[in-house]
Amino acid sequence: MSDLFEYRAGEMGREMGDTDHDDPLHGAEVELNMGPSHPATHGVLRLKVLADGEILRKIDPVIGYLHRGKEKTCESLGWRKFFVHTDRLDYLQPLLNNCGYAMALERLAGLEVPERAQIIRVLLMETSRIMSHLIAIGVSAMDLGAISMFFFTFDQREKAYDLLDAYTGHRMNNTYVRMGGMYADIEDGLLVSWDKYMTTFLTEVDQWEELLTGNRIWFERNRGIGKLTKEKALAWGLTGPNLRATGVPFDLRKDEPYCGYENYEFEVPIGEEGDAFDRYLMRIEEMRQSARIARQAITKLGQCKGGEFLADDRRYVLPRKHDVYNSMEELIHQFKIVTDMALPVGEAYAGVESSKGELGFYIASDGTAQPLRCHLRAPSLMNVQVIPELAEGKLLSDVVAVLGSLDFVMGEVDR
Amino acid sequence: MTVLLATILKVVVIFGALISAAGISTLAERRVSAWIQHRIGPNRVGPFGVLQPLADGIKFIFKEEFVPEGANRWLFILAPALSAAAALMSVAVIPFGGLITEIDGTPILMSIADLDIGALWVVAIGGLGIYGVILGGWASNSKYSLFGGLRATAQMISYELSMILCILAVVAMSDTLNLREIVNLQDSADSRCFGFLPGWNIFYQPLAFVLFVICTFAETNRHPFDFAECESELVGGFHTEYSSMKFALFFIGEYCAMIVMSCMTVTLFLGGFSVPYWSEAPFLIGLASFLLKVTFFMFLFLWVRWSLPRFRYDQLMNLGWKVFLPLALVNILLTGLAVSL
Repeated sequence: MSDLFEYRAGEMGREMGDTDHDDPLHGAEVELNMGPSHPATHGVLRLKVLADGEILRKIDPVIGYLHRGKEKTCESLGWRKFFVHTDRLDYLQPLLNNCGYAMALERLAGLEVPERAQIIRVLLMETSRIMSHLIAIGVSAMDLGAISMFFFTFDQREKAYDLLDAYTGHRMNNTYVRMGGMYADIEDGLLVSWDKYMTTFLTEVDQWEELLTGNRIWFERNRGIGKLTKEKALAWGLTGPNLRATGVPFDLRKDEPYCGYENYEFEVPIGEEGDAFDRYLMRIEEMRQSARIARQAITKLGQCKGGEFLADDRRYVLPRKHDVYNSMEELIHQFKIVTDMALPVGEAYAGVESSKGELGFYIASDGTAQPLRCHLRAPSLMNVQVIPELAEGKLLSDVVAVLGSLDFVMGEVDR
Repeated sequence: MTVLLATILKVVVIFGALISAAGISTLAERRVSAWIQHRIGPNRVGPFGVLQPLADGIKFIFKEEFVPEGANRWLFILAPALSAAAALMSVAVIPFGGLITEIDGTPILMSIADLDIGALWVVAIGGLGIYGVILGGWASNSKYSLFGGLRATAQMISYELSMILCILAVVAMSDTLNLREIVNLQDSADSRCFGFLPGWNIFYQPLAFVLFVICTFAETNRHPFDFAECESELVGGFHTEYSSMKFALFFIGEYCAMIVMSCMTVTLFLGGFSVPYWSEAPFLIGLASFLLKVTFFMFLFLWVRWSLPRFRYDQLMNLGWKVFLPLALVNILLTGLAVSL
């Protein structure tokens, strides 16, 4: 422990770079630590930077401060119990992660999900996307000094929390998606307020655009900052708004529709410049489109009232609580599913369009109750990887703008 | 003797009022920001939270006094004192009001010192405040603090020039550096703009007014020019390593500087304590008029802070050297021509 500390301390204390320090006009390059507890690194990202005055010559992102071994946890916990842990990956959009994992399980098991459950999932996923983008926009604005924006977006997120609270009983970490459907149906009364939220929320978005999009300072701080070409973005494996900002119209919801996304009308916004400003515009427009999808989902839910919300497959789906309490066989059945539910031999991959990009779950089964392998494709990891490419040689203030515009969540990066 | 007593009384009252106003400003900052951000803000200590600054002050006094390892101890302690003292001293020449009373034929005026070089005093002493920021950033032995100090240095050089040129335009028009006389000139009936507008310099020097107000934001290190502090980039900038009353002194300094700069704007451009169309206004009315105008500019400081994003450091330098300085020079040229003709 003491060795490690001394090594670290010495490393950080190294002030003299390779520069010639007899030259009075060019001082030494200073090694600087941004993070793991720095206001602009959003969680526990640490950037080791070599600063030449305000210009950061070299940036080395260090991850791992939030590593909890999620993939290994999945392999030891079993198929069903990992749902709770998916919430903690990208903790800004727990329900979207739930859906992604459930889809991977269902693909491996060959389980059909009832229509109503699919629609509820779409509603939840789009609401999650909005909630995550709210944070992305609010936080990136706060990093550039527009602190009030953070409160405006959080105010709206709070209202979305209320909706999730009413449906799932939790504000965060909902764990409400099950293999084969949802834990419970959604009530009609709640859908009315959900629909209302999607409308009122959009008027707020218009106001934010007045505050930021047309703002000269905001424009100057973001335009041309962290510019990425199509080829570079693809080479780095970026997905989601960061890729679309460069002009690549890649969106899993359109390209490989899941959960019946092909039945919804929406557009995929794409940018031209691929800079921080475009990434901001992408998120604003995606929130509008998400609200549009969510409202269509609400209409569809009104049309299929009373439909099944959970698949009727006794191999993978828990029996109803009423039956468990009243019948010995059902109790045993529940016990068997909870303790050693096995999935068929094989492997499956399910990717969902999360707010950060393609969130993928790859699972492999050897036919037992323990997963053979569970791998997560976390879009945030790619977003972090691209930081040196975008920010090296830029001013400290620009690096902060780049960090904010890339929108990553360390819970997902470290897993 | 009584004149001396009256002067001492004025010193005590004005400094006391300024420090209290700085405290109230911190509360106002929090309440206004809460109002802008759909929150409630501190409203628990006393009616409407008015005792909150007092509670904060007590809290600061009881916090641990901390000097980081490797810091230059004396400069580290001197920096916040310098910052606060400079802001407090520059208020000495601000004319808050007109004649209070006469004692033995000596007029007692509502300002601590009626200096003939008042405008110069504010610029000179107010400019010293930046040493607090620079020294604080340098003495902390922290890289983030150093960045803050460096930024403050560059920012000051680019902005004080334009600001002084704006003051110079007013001085050229008024032919005096005495702030009270500048106010009196704006008050006189024959200085009316177009014959009906009050004779405030804002109507004669609109460009200088706009530039001056923007420069006061940079001068006081306020958002959108708060690079020295810049919490999202430099953690806390020059005051990252400060705690306890040393930290509070920086804040008193910052808010006092804001108040002094608002006072300067009002004095130079908005007729100071004069009341439009009422030259014979009683002392208290004049004082109230002054405070009202100052309150507006204080609110402007808060309003801007909670609405706009922050500039980038080099954008500010560009703005200062390439836009404001040429504009201020042109303004001086035009003023000079107008005065000499």
